[in-house]
Amino acid sequence: MSELLDLPAASAAAAVRSGEIEARELFDAYRERAEQDELNAFTWVAEGPPAGGDQPDTPLGGVPLAVKDLFCTEGIPSQAGSRILEGYRPPYTATVVAKLNQAGAPLLGKTNQDEFAMGSSNENSGFGPVLNPWDRTRVPGGSSGGSAAAVAAGLAPWAIGTDTGGSIRQPAALCGIVGMKPTYGACSRYGMIAFASSLDQAGPLTRDVTDAALLLRHMVGRDTCDSTSLEFPGEIEPPSAESLQGIRLGVPEELAGSEGGVEAGVREQFDRTLKLAEELGASVEPCRLRHAPHALSAYYLIAPAEASANLARFDGVRYGLRVDGSSDLITMYNRTRSAGFGAEVKRRIMLGTYALSSGYYEAYYGTAQKVRTKISEDFRDAFEAFDFIVTPTSPWAAFELGAKTDDPLAMYLNDFCTVPMSLAGIPAISIPCGLSDGLPVGFQLAGPAFSEGRLLDAAYALESAIGFDGNAARV
Amino acid sequence: MLERAQVLHVARLARLELSEPEVERMAAELSKVLDHVEKIRELDLEGVPPTSHVIDVAGVLRADEPRPCLPVEIALEQAPEPVETPAGKGFGVPTPGPSEA
Repeated sequence: MSELLDLPAASAAAAVRSGEIEARELFDAYRERAEQDELNAFTWVAEGPPAGGDQPDTPLGGVPLAVKDLFCTEGIPSQAGSRILEGYRPPYTATVVAKLNQAGAPLLGKTNQDEFAMGSSNENSGFGPVLNPWDRTRVPGGSSGGSAAAVAAGLAPWAIGTDTGGSIRQPAALCGIVGMKPTYGACSRYGMIAFASSLDQAGPLTRDVTDAALLLRHMVGRDTCDSTSLEFPGEIEPPSAESLQGIRLGVPEELAGSEGGVEAGVREQFDRTLKLAEELGASVEPCRLRHAPHALSAYYLIAPAEASANLARFDGVRYGLRVDGSSDLITMYNRTRSAGFGAEVKRRIMLGTYALSSGYYEAYYGTAQKVRTKISEDFRDAFEAFDFIVTPTSPWAAFELGAKTDDPLAMYLNDFCTVPMSLAGIPAISIPCGLSDGLPVGFQLAGPAFSEGRLLDAAYALESAIGFDGNAARV
Repeated sequence: MLERAQVLHVARLARLELSEPEVERMAAELSKVLDHVEKIRELDLEGVPPTSHVIDVAGVLRADEPRPCLPVEIALEQAPEPVETPAGKGFGVPTPGPSEA
C-alpha cells in the first residue's frame, strides 16, 4: 500500500496504463489518506471515483486529483475558502477540471485556500488555516495552501491551484514541492471563482517536474468560454534535459539580493543551486529588473481593484449567504457582505474600491497599469540577454502561524519575488532546492511567454542535480 | 492617513457595513498600505501606455448566435430566495426601500 502511494503521479499513471496497478486501488488508497487529513488541507473528499469507473486507457491513468476549492465542480461544494459561499454547489464544472477529468484524473477532493485566493499563508480561509506538513506550527503558504500541503504530505498524488501574484509558487516553495504558473491565457479561467481577472492563472502543484509537465499538458488550450485564453503553441512534452549547456540564467539583484529582504538561509540555498546550475553548464550573470521593486505596489492596487469589481457579485441574491432578508435591498447587501466576507477580503475590497473611486483612479489604478508596462519591458529586455530569470521563490521559508497576521503589509511582502512575473503574464516555476533550518526553500525560474516546455526542461535538469528529498513531510 | 469619513464613504460604495472597531482598524491598515504603494507615483511614467492586456490577442469575438443556456430551475437551485410568480420564476429580493442619499 505505502509503495503505491510513494509512486510519483506520472509513474502511477504509467503503472495503471500497463496494468501493474488498478486505478480503483490507487483511488481508494488516496481517498483513505485524504479522509484522515490532519492538516485541514481538504474541505471535501470524494466518496469514490466518478461513475464510469477505471480509466486505464487515459493519459492520466485514473490518478486522482486534488482541486483548489475555487474551481467550480458541478454539484460539489465550491466555496473558495469563503463563508459567503458556504455549501455552494455550482451548476457547472470549470474547464480546466473538466479537461483533466476527461484526460483521466478523477476528482479526489477540494482543497482549502485563503478566502477568494487573497493571502499568502492560508490563514485567511473561512474554514480554518492549513498546517505545513514539515512543521505543523507553521503556515503552508497561500493561497493554494491546501493543494500544496496535500501533495507535500502525500495525501494527494497531484493537485491544481491558481496563481494571481504567487499563490501556486509560494505555497509550493514553503511545502517543498513543484508549482508552476503558466503564461497568462494558457489555461482557461472559465469556472474559476475570480479574484483578479487580468492576473489569475491555473497551474499544477506536484511532487516533481515530470508530474507538473504531464498535468499541465492536459490543462492548456483555448476555450471559447474564456476570451482571454489562447491556443497553446505545440504540446508540452515530458521533460528530459540532463544538462543546462548554453543556458543563460539572469539573477536580478532587485529580487534576489538584500532589497527584497531575502532570509540568509534562503539565500544560501539559492546560491548553492546557482552553483549546481553552473556545474550543469549554465552561465549565471547578474541582471537588472529596474521596476521590479515597484511590482508589489502596482500589484496591490491592480489586484484589489479587480477584486472589488469581481466580488460585487456576492450580494445575497443568486447564490451563497443572505443575511436579513426582511430589510430593504441595500441593507440586505450590506449585511450579507459584512457577515460573509473575512477581514482580508474586506480590506482588499476597500483598497480596490478606493483605488477606483472618482478622483483617485488615475493616480492609483492608472499609474499602476503604467508600472505594469515598465515591468513587462524590463523582462522583455532581460530575455534578450538571458534564457531565464531566476530568484528565490519566497524571501523566507515557512513562518509560524500567526506571525504576520497583524501586519497586512508584512504579509504582502511574501509575494515580492513572484508578483513581477504575474504582472508581466509570463510563466514561472518553483522547485524545491534545499532546506533552511529543516524547512524547504523554493527556487524560481521564469521565462518568456509560452516558454513552458523549455522552463520545465531546465527545472528538470536542476531537479535531478539537486536531489531534494521530500519524504520528511509525507504522512 | 485616511480619515474616518473617507473610510465610511468607500465602505458605502463597496456595500460593506463596518463596525466601529472595523472602521478604526481599516483606516489605520489602509493608510499604511497606501503609504507604501503610493511610492509608484514618484516614478517618471510620462508617455508610458498603461497595460490593458499582457499577451496580445486579436479576433476573439465569436459568432453572435443563440445557444442553449442554463435551465431556469438549475440557475435558481442555489438562490437564497427563489420565487415563482405568474410572470415566471426568478430571484427574490427585498424591496429596494428608500433610495440612498
